[in-house]
Amino acid sequence: MNILAILIPVSLGLGALGLIAFLWSLRADQYEDMDGAAWRILMDDETLPDADEDKDKNEAG
Amino acid sequence: MALAERPSIIACPACAVGTPAGALEQGAAGGETIYLSLPAIHCAGCIATVERGLLARDDVRRARVNLNRKQVVVAVVPGTVPEALIDHLAALGIQANLLDSAALGASSDTHGRALLLRIAIAGFAMMNVMLMSVAVWSGAGDATRTLFHWLSAAITLPAIGYAAQPFFSNGWQALRVGRLNMDVPISLALILATAMSLYETAAGGADAYFDAALSLTFFLLVGRYLDHRCRTSARSAATELAALEVPRITRLTDDGREVINLSQAAIGDHIIVLPGGRIPVDGVVTEGASDIDRAMLTGESLPIAASIGTRLSAGEVNLTGPLTLRATAVGDDTTLRRMVTMIDAAESARNRYTALADRAAAIYAPAVHVLAFVTFVGWFVVAGDARLALNIAIAVLIITCPCALGLAVPAVSTAAAGRLFRRGLLVKDGTALERIAKTDTVVFDKTGTLTEGQLEIGAAAGLNDTQRRIALALAQSSSHPVSRAITFGLQGDAPAPVSQITEQPANGLTGQWQGQKVLLGSAAFVDAHSNDQHGAWLRIGDQTPVFLPLVARLREGAEEAVKTLADNGLHLHLISGDGPAATRDLAQALNIPNWHADQRPEDKVAYLNALEAEGRIVLMVGDGLNDTGALASAHASLSPASAVDAARAASDVVMLGQSLHVLPELITTAKQAKSRIIENFAIAAGYNALVIPFAMAGFVTPLLAAIAMSTSSITVLLNALRLTWGGRA
Repeated sequence: MNILAILIPVSLGLGALGLIAFLWSLRADQYEDMDGAAWRILMDDETLPDADEDKDKNEAG
Repeated sequence: MALAERPSIIACPACAVGTPAGALEQGAAGGETIYLSLPAIHCAGCIATVERGLLARDDVRRARVNLNRKQVVVAVVPGTVPEALIDHLAALGIQANLLDSAALGASSDTHGRALLLRIAIAGFAMMNVMLMSVAVWSGAGDATRTLFHWLSAAITLPAIGYAAQPFFSNGWQALRVGRLNMDVPISLALILATAMSLYETAAGGADAYFDAALSLTFFLLVGRYLDHRCRTSARSAATELAALEVPRITRLTDDGREVINLSQAAIGDHIIVLPGGRIPVDGVVTEGASDIDRAMLTGESLPIAASIGTRLSAGEVNLTGPLTLRATAVGDDTTLRRMVTMIDAAESARNRYTALADRAAAIYAPAVHVLAFVTFVGWFVVAGDARLALNIAIAVLIITCPCALGLAVPAVSTAAAGRLFRRGLLVKDGTALERIAKTDTVVFDKTGTLTEGQLEIGAAAGLNDTQRRIALALAQSSSHPVSRAITFGLQGDAPAPVSQITEQPANGLTGQWQGQKVLLGSAAFVDAHSNDQHGAWLRIGDQTPVFLPLVARLREGAEEAVKTLADNGLHLHLISGDGPAATRDLAQALNIPNWHADQRPEDKVAYLNALEAEGRIVLMVGDGLNDTGALASAHASLSPASAVDAARAASDVVMLGQSLHVLPELITTAKQAKSRIIENFAIAAGYNALVIPFAMAGFVTPLLAAIAMSTSSITVLLNALRLTWGGRA
């Protein structure tokens, strides 16, 4: 039964990890534009769209 | 239609999405963040074009497209003119409209986020507690069981305390005013189940319902979230439509022109209205001559002439020439505002409507409480053991808790609204689909609804070749809607060599052809006897004037929509503020048996009330201010995106695309959605009927409760999702 003393905290810890990951993604606005995120994966990103001042100014087709 | 229109350029072939509305773009948005609406964007290519195109400019710091909202948020250096960005995007083939960021309000959805957070907490806690419950169910004994129960309690108490707050506060609010809603039995079940489980745990008992309390919270929160998303997506789209109209006007002062906010206008101000602009205040024309489109206010399909001294009302649209007005009424005193206020005051049918879910809750909540109470009393009398009786009564409460019921309606509404949104229909009101499902009569407005704003030349066969060529030559030099219609209708001919063409606003056109004076314009202008039809007169020299009849062009899909509706056995009516001739022609062309012309706004409302008194369930379709009262008082209502904002606000459903062919589908989908909701109620009730006898007899274990609850919730969700699958096929 001593194994429980290890396994229970481990399982709770893993669950908490998942919860924290979700909370982080929520805070980071990852659920604001679900459709856009699905399409952005297809974009050629040698020019990152929201890169800052050092953005590549070449027009992309 | 009456709004200024930008060409609808589409960035990629896949982007065949209807554009919500043209926009009045005036003035500049303050600050450093500009919101642009991008109605036609659809794919990765569009996102890349917009973001890279904007970032290529020196005055743009950051640009981020939100495809869900079809918006781009642009951070710019101070002093950037939004119009420059709009023109830049137009050059890239992307249509953009400026949004008023103040009218848009806070863009982030805090309530939705809080709900998601609660779902996450409830889900996390549910999984862990379920894990330990599985051990208990599979036979963990004494000390282990008690340990697991204590651990479950340690997770459940804070999780329920946080995640279930919305139910507690809603239930409490209802109880305080002496009412019962769905949240009262939910809160009661949650609190009692947790408290009883805690007591059992302390006493080392066998059964604890922590997992049931948590999964109940989780599923119900999911239902809440679906419901919330359905409402906000519709609301944000509606706010966006309102934000498209930036209310700025140009005032003429001694120092020249200045652009001011509409609210700053005062009586006596001289206000300039350019062609294509909407008249912002009531006033008298002091300079200029033009034609005025009054369709929004009165439903008349032909423009009226305006010259010095003509009284104009706010909401009308200036078509051909620049006008200067002296304001006679501003703000809340304008005709427009008074009409809107009158509409707000009118009691609407939808306020009297009780949503299906509320009606179900009204029967359900007392029934559940009575059942649980009867169980408690029964067991107490039979067994004489208060603890056992309470345990069984709580099992009944948990089993009957409206988990599936809480999901049944929001899941169906979300699925149906999502399917309609892909068809270009925006469902604004939560109960709209339920109300539309009962429709047996559809009442149409004419101008702007069944017909488009544009005119079309009727039978030009009466004209000979020379006449057609002269009419074309005259008409193509003018931008008056009548001239444009003639130009369009005669574009197959070659224009005659007419020289010295001059336009006299509000009258017509004159020119010289082979030494003769040629005229195209109103009956009075060419000295003809006017008839009751719409059209223009052409006179060559001293010959008898000839008439070019004009008809309003039918809105795309109007014919098939009307035909399908009639085939489906719906009663169709046409009520218009326009004259009898035009209304009759349209009614005959579309085979609408009941038509009424010259209807004022009050007449339209009275007409709908009369229909309702006959027991008809009316869906009103209209776009003008003159329809707004009717839209508000009808059982359900639909307006196109080109409608005035008051009309859109009064409607349950806004049609984003141009074509009316989606109308029959709206009714079909609404009917399907309603039957799905009722099916879901039946499924939920069936589950309850099946399990309640067991629960009351005391056979329900926590395991059985967990299974019954999740299966019924999942069945209801799957049934709701069938709507979406149907839509994608």
